[in-house]
Amino acid sequence: MLENEANPTLSKSTGLPRKRFYRARAHSNPLSDSHFPIPISPHHVDYSLHYPQFFPSPDQTDSSKKIQFADIGCGFGGLLISLATLFPETLMIGMELRDKVTEYVKERILALRTANPGQYQNVSVVRTNSMKYIPNYFEKGQLSKMFFLFPDPHFKEKNHRRRVISRFLLDEYAYVLQVGAVIYTITDVEELGEWMKTCLKEHPMFEALTSQELEADPVVKLLSSATEEGQKVARNGGQTFRAVYRRIAPSL
Amino acid sequence: MEDTPMEFGESNKDTEIAPALIAVHPTQESVAAAVGPDLRIFDLRQNSAVSLKDDSSVGSLHKDSIRVVRYGANGKLLVSAGDDKLVKVWSTESWHCITTVCSEKRVSAVAISNDGLYVCFADKFGVVWIVDLDRPDGQVHVGKKAVPLLSHYCSIITSLEFSPDGKFILSADRDFKIRATVFPKNPLDGAHEIQSFCLGHTEFVSCLAFLWTEEYPQGFVVSGSGDSTVRLWDILSGSLLDACEVGEKAGLLGSNGREAECYSAVTDLCSNPDGSLVAVALQRQVVSIGGGTFIPTSLQMCSSTGLLWMVTGVSNLRGSECPSLARVRVISGVNKSNSDSDTREHQELEDNEIPGGTSLLKNLQGSLSYGEEVFLAAAEALKTAMSNLLVKKQYSTEKRDFRKRTRNDKKIKQRK
Repeated sequence: MLENEANPTLSKSTGLPRKRFYRARAHSNPLSDSHFPIPISPHHVDYSLHYPQFFPSPDQTDSSKKIQFADIGCGFGGLLISLATLFPETLMIGMELRDKVTEYVKERILALRTANPGQYQNVSVVRTNSMKYIPNYFEKGQLSKMFFLFPDPHFKEKNHRRRVISRFLLDEYAYVLQVGAVIYTITDVEELGEWMKTCLKEHPMFEALTSQELEADPVVKLLSSATEEGQKVARNGGQTFRAVYRRIAPSL
Repeated sequence: MEDTPMEFGESNKDTEIAPALIAVHPTQESVAAAVGPDLRIFDLRQNSAVSLKDDSSVGSLHKDSIRVVRYGANGKLLVSAGDDKLVKVWSTESWHCITTVCSEKRVSAVAISNDGLYVCFADKFGVVWIVDLDRPDGQVHVGKKAVPLLSHYCSIITSLEFSPDGKFILSADRDFKIRATVFPKNPLDGAHEIQSFCLGHTEFVSCLAFLWTEEYPQGFVVSGSGDSTVRLWDILSGSLLDACEVGEKAGLLGSNGREAECYSAVTDLCSNPDGSLVAVALQRQVVSIGGGTFIPTSLQMCSSTGLLWMVTGVSNLRGSECPSLARVRVISGVNKSNSDSDTREHQELEDNEIPGGTSLLKNLQGSLSYGEEVFLAAAEALKTAMSNLLVKKQYSTEKRDFRKRTRNDKKIKQRK
């Protein structure tokens, strides 16, 4: 607890980073040239930096264990933290474009690892532009779940191409998802919910989960309850719009 | 590297500078060269210059720099496109314009499907569009609508190629990526299935070419890049098979103290179909070889004759007495496969030995001779234009700190 006193950005009671010291803009331009390091290819992703307990040394990246869940635009990381204990053996990563927010999630994970030895070792975060660099992080068919929770709605038609779910980007997501993998989307903006649903419905490599399947999937409940954005919407009594689809093999 | 607002304005104009391009009919019935908005074609069967006929209402020829010109469908078609946002498909029989397609954005790459039924073109925002051509019934179509096929997220696509078996379409971009996409049965619905990404280049990818063998009908692909390497890929898996530091091979790197900046980008490459030989065009520190300076801006190999056609040139060159210029040269003997040991078999042809002779040169170049200095100036200008267009802006640490300091969230923190 001593070092916590020295570091005012960490909460004294929980040891977790305090959000108010990580003030970030609500939006970031996904079109601008990025100036953060990007792995040349999925082989160049250093797993030992992200998951030191699973990969003690950097040269073990050839091992069969690979990241399986990706939370695109993870924000403050609420969903990841819930998933980390629900799937303790699955490696998962949050991808976030805003560097302040990424910093916060990084600190949050480190604090959780310290406070709960042995736990949260399977979760990490990276600052990147997932709209541009998804194939640099994941191989073909590597992922089994992808999350797009409360993405930036980009209302203007001119800016629709900045939306994280689009007809073309779904091609790339389909590439990194294995057949049978699930893509989860949720928003509190009706227009965007319609848009995401339409994109997924029209894509030949995705099909909707049935209501029974949605009921049986424990992750579905977390979409609105675990994330900071979801809690905010619930607090204000807002509506959410969900689209959960499965990656299928394209019919020829 | 000091970029003041002044220089920003200038760099925009610099990208208007367009390199000269060359395309050769697969059996060398004709040769096409593009310099700025001019499309010059020389018919080698008739031994005469071709006058293009365009009856469309969109306007006659190209109005701005042509960025791509290539033959397709076994030489029956020629397609040209560029900064005027028009894609024109020409019949190489009648030299009539079969179709003019209007693009929303400037066009950076084109490809014709092997069966000649579709033309694909990429705009500068990373979207690849497709338009179907009518069976060759001679009818003229204007303003056909293109539909989007696939997209690289907001990146400039530099090259488009169909695999030799027609099953894949490859697209390369300035974000170091090469994407192999399954070319679907009904491509007008979009191409959604990505076969692979070929990742390994550390700068923009500038050009692609296929190598083809009987045993491997999908072919291998070679790519050239701003990182001055040429890489060989297996497109089925996206794995890197080999990399060649051509910049180093040419003895250019490390010769002078400056690093990074003196990387010579690979500007174009082409191969003979059996894959025994790949020709590479490099941008470089101007070096004179054998008394002449020739830095090709575009290359094309003709396998039936074993000739390598090269052009160097530029358009919109400011501050020079000839703002647009081109010079065509030809190397013979490139279809001989025992090339790696004895390069002397390749012979550069004198101007009068080139098929079509001086009348071809006069047609394609516009003028028979240019001064040496203008080519040096042209090469420098092209290099700047290309890096302005394709290389990411780099900011020094101080500059980045300055940009960050003006951020609002930083100000709040400092006040505390």
